[in-house]
Amino acid sequence: MSTRVSLSPAGAIGKIFRSFSEAGRKYGVEWWILIAGIVIILAVAYIAFFPQTLAPYDPLDQNAGPQLGAPSASHPMGTDNLSRDVLSRTLYGSRTILGVAFAAALVSSLIGIPLGLLSGFVGGVLDRVISLIMDSLYSFPGLILAIAFAAMLGPGVVNITLAVAVIYIPTYFRLVRGQTLSVKEEVYVEAARALGARRPAIMWRYIFPNVIASVVVVFSLNIADAIMTEAALSYIGLGLPAGIPDWGMDIAMGKKFLPSGAWWMITFPGLMIVILALGFTMLGEGLAEILNPRLLER
Amino acid sequence: MADKILEVKNLYIEYPISIGTVQAVSDVSFDLHHGEAFGLVGESGCGKSTLGLSFLRLLRPPGRIASGEILYRGRDIVKMKDRELLRMRGQNIAMVFQNPLTSLNPLFRIDQHFVETIQWHEPGTKRDDAIARSENVLEDLGIEKKRLFEYPHQLSGGMRQRIMIGLGLIMNPDIIVADEPTTSLDVIVEAGFVDLLNHLRKAYNLSIILITHNLGLVAEIADRIAVMYGGRMAEIGTSEEIFHRPLHPYTQGLINCVPNIRMDQQALTTMPGSPPDLVAPPVGCPFADRCPHVMEICRHKMPPLNTYDNNEQAACWLHEDVETQLHPSSEA
Repeated sequence: MSTRVSLSPAGAIGKIFRSFSEAGRKYGVEWWILIAGIVIILAVAYIAFFPQTLAPYDPLDQNAGPQLGAPSASHPMGTDNLSRDVLSRTLYGSRTILGVAFAAALVSSLIGIPLGLLSGFVGGVLDRVISLIMDSLYSFPGLILAIAFAAMLGPGVVNITLAVAVIYIPTYFRLVRGQTLSVKEEVYVEAARALGARRPAIMWRYIFPNVIASVVVVFSLNIADAIMTEAALSYIGLGLPAGIPDWGMDIAMGKKFLPSGAWWMITFPGLMIVILALGFTMLGEGLAEILNPRLLER
Repeated sequence: MADKILEVKNLYIEYPISIGTVQAVSDVSFDLHHGEAFGLVGESGCGKSTLGLSFLRLLRPPGRIASGEILYRGRDIVKMKDRELLRMRGQNIAMVFQNPLTSLNPLFRIDQHFVETIQWHEPGTKRDDAIARSENVLEDLGIEKKRLFEYPHQLSGGMRQRIMIGLGLIMNPDIIVADEPTTSLDVIVEAGFVDLLNHLRKAYNLSIILITHNLGLVAEIADRIAVMYGGRMAEIGTSEEIFHRPLHPYTQGLINCVPNIRMDQQALTTMPGSPPDLVAPPVGCPFADRCPHVMEICRHKMPPLNTYDNNEQAACWLHEDVETQLHPSSEA
């Protein structure tokens, strides 16, 4: 019996692995998509938090190697036109894009969710006005709107975050408003009113918790989208001031040297954008499938 | 007779919709006495649920009380300010809804429901005190204390219904309005519910308004019964009178429709026709088109709700001197 109580580290890992594959059998391929997404995000998050542990050079060091040097043993991803190490720049660049995308999704959800709750719950004229504003924001192509805001606010980490955040507010608003409208009609909400619940209590204690679950999935998918938007903004030069390593900006610069054969300057940051966006998309899709109990009936 | 705790006077409730105005409740008056169980009976769409919701001003927009009074201990609920109304809900009048399976917030444990309800009314209450009070109520409901810390989905339908009643009782109200409380429960649970309600009535000194289409249920609980038809009161009387000597042809029809195991019936008795259109209610008696005893006057003039023997009230020309009503001038 003692073997069952005290598990060796190897036994514990085996146990975790078994419960993992058990969940894999239960949820099917969605489970592995979720796990792959989480692994990608954790890996990039590690890079973003501790780039100095992995990067061989300072990303801004202009004497790191030869100018436009091809990938080699000392520079696995080559060097750029200013002799900076592409690997180091790519690693440090994850910090910017992850931070901006996450902060943008957070800001837009913090604005969109309460507005959606209020609009759906109060209804009437307020709902009409807020919905009108949100629909007009939503009717813009996301990137065009972000460009307009970024141009208006000027470069800077905070400004680019806000510019990206603005285009996702309507996503949260519409989702939460729709859910609020349906949850508001539930018997438990009416029962709470009959027991003397005030409106704020109904909104935050009865409707909000029952609405928030669907937001988690959208949040993850939004980060994936925000990564693309951030990269696009800095690619066209509306993003960040020079000096901050950033994938979009590096691609824009690398584009100029592609005709001369320096493929490494755009390939590695571009690959990272794809992988990171893929990670968040996989997380979102995996969560959407697993959080939906109806799909288990298959 | 005991004192009146709730008086409804000439209440009109309407729902303005695109094609006109639905007269959901028209000219309804009745009294609820202290400690009384009052049954509100009628078929779907007769306005009984709307009437029930109006006691707590819980009508869904665009529904509104057009005119009339609802006096709770002399205070008019119709004119109450929001603050007063919130205090009254749960504390003076509580309501139990049709569907116990969805009446509890699925994300809250039962204890959270109780603690929150108590704190809405008594903001400073400590959690431990609130839990202790909830446990006492749970005991009265015949539910184990440990159930307090479970989620709604872990309880059966009957238990959830009892929890709903417990939440209604936690602030010691005088009146409980139960709207079709047993609709989604099976007959065994329903029988237990009847016993529980009768027990709680004495233990908590409650007045009960039971809204249902289930005549069997109302017969077991109610002291007095009001029969509604087309948004109006057809008949109000003691259970005894309503079941044994119904005055209104609609009440008679309703009772005949209940299958009786002792009678050698071939087929179920039904009432022909359908309820009146409440957007354009008929000028005369709403039941005229379906009434087996219909007379000429019924189609032109609404019968008043008059009081007859044994304090029984009915709105039907059959019991009036029709001649004087048709030609009032000849009598004068």
